[in-house]
Amino acid sequence: MSFLGPVLALMWKDVLLELRTRDFVVPVLVFSLMTIVVFSFAFEPTPRVIALVAPGVLWVAIVFGGVVGLARSFSQEKDHGNLTGLMLAPVSRDTIYFGKMLACFVFMTLVEVVVLPVFIVLYDVADAAAELVPIALLTTLGIAAVGTLFSAIAVNTRAREVMLPILFFPVAVPLIVAAVEASSLSLGAAQSVEAWQWIGLLAVFDAVFLVVCPVAFVAVVED
Amino acid sequence: MPRMTNTPEADADAQGPAAIRVEGLCKAFGRTPVLRSLSLEVRWGEVLSVSGPNGAGKTTLIRVLAGLTRPDAGSIEVDGLPLSRMGSMARRLIGAVTHEPLLYDGLTVRENLRFTGRMFSLDRLDARVEAAADRLGVRPRLGDRVETLSHGLRKRVSIARALLHEPSILLMDEPETGLDRHALSLLESVVSGVAGSGGAVVMTTHNPAPTVGSERRMHLPAGGAAASPARGEASEEDVGAKP
Repeated sequence: MSFLGPVLALMWKDVLLELRTRDFVVPVLVFSLMTIVVFSFAFEPTPRVIALVAPGVLWVAIVFGGVVGLARSFSQEKDHGNLTGLMLAPVSRDTIYFGKMLACFVFMTLVEVVVLPVFIVLYDVADAAAELVPIALLTTLGIAAVGTLFSAIAVNTRAREVMLPILFFPVAVPLIVAAVEASSLSLGAAQSVEAWQWIGLLAVFDAVFLVVCPVAFVAVVED
Repeated sequence: MPRMTNTPEADADAQGPAAIRVEGLCKAFGRTPVLRSLSLEVRWGEVLSVSGPNGAGKTTLIRVLAGLTRPDAGSIEVDGLPLSRMGSMARRLIGAVTHEPLLYDGLTVRENLRFTGRMFSLDRLDARVEAAADRLGVRPRLGDRVETLSHGLRKRVSIARALLHEPSILLMDEPETGLDRHALSLLESVVSGVAGSGGAVVMTTHNPAPTVGSERRMHLPAGGAAASPARGEASEEDVGAKP
């Protein structure tokens, strides 16, 4: 309870604030939907082209959109000194990390609940829907894990909106590549036997990030 | 947990750990030293008022004592617990009021206080929230969002937030800023209440007059303290020490 209670409290606080401000979900949703819609007009939707291009479109939309939201994750804590308030609580610093990470994961999953059906309809890939769900969940978990850490780092810099993508993308590239490859396989562009290897790789990346990022977070927030 | 005694003398007689013991504290930002070899001791039942010019390190001292800023050198013990190694346990004893209210504008006063309570894993949360709000006179505003409150009311809620877990040690950075007379009297009763029930209070102030009638005062010179008197040592800056 001493770990889970504060983690859930922190997540619930972010959900409550999001319900009132819509700072995270709405911008990410708009960006992601716009990207998917625009690209759907950009090429001939033959099965082969869709299998080659659509996975890239999907993850560009979600990951780039996610960065817009992640930039807000710690700015609301920093702007009013609320990170100080969190640091005064008798909890370990990684409790703060996991609470914020969980909130990011929830918000991005909400975005995907809307984006994925739109993607499936526009690109006519209903057959791959069941396989896209675990890929999306694992990738989102990784994005939230890495993004929460770099959001905490970027918020202390002057150009926080610019700094976050610069810090985030080089580290997240393996995750994004694995997500694109796994999605591509599920859409039928390559051998399906390899699909689970990429999904496994996504799970490994998540596990590594969920161990390394909290440790790095503690070092970041400690003065 | 601290031993709650009625007077500092009773505590001293028992030879228990001081509420706060600082030895050789140094902190610099870049090449600018802010605190230099600061040593001090605050006993249970005592109120220490720290004054000094801007840049003397008052805020840094509060932040270091609260475990928010890591010192470059020196040791800090809170009720005998080394802050560097047992910060989580020590923070349970500490309530802190900083310059910033540490409140979320988009949440109501009640939601802010409940959130703090859940971060401290407190029981009887609703009763505690109402008791703390009562103490600072903000109970009628419990349902209002913080963004609708004036600066002074935010400060009161901020103090209520710090009192929610009934801390033994209260650290306050210029708590009187923005408070009207009524709120100042509430603040005085809070400080007296914590010290009177055997707790300890450290607060920074620009006010030359004592905030409460019986506080020990310490002056931090500009450029950081080379040394500071421990409790009981004579100092020109020690005024109104508890009898």
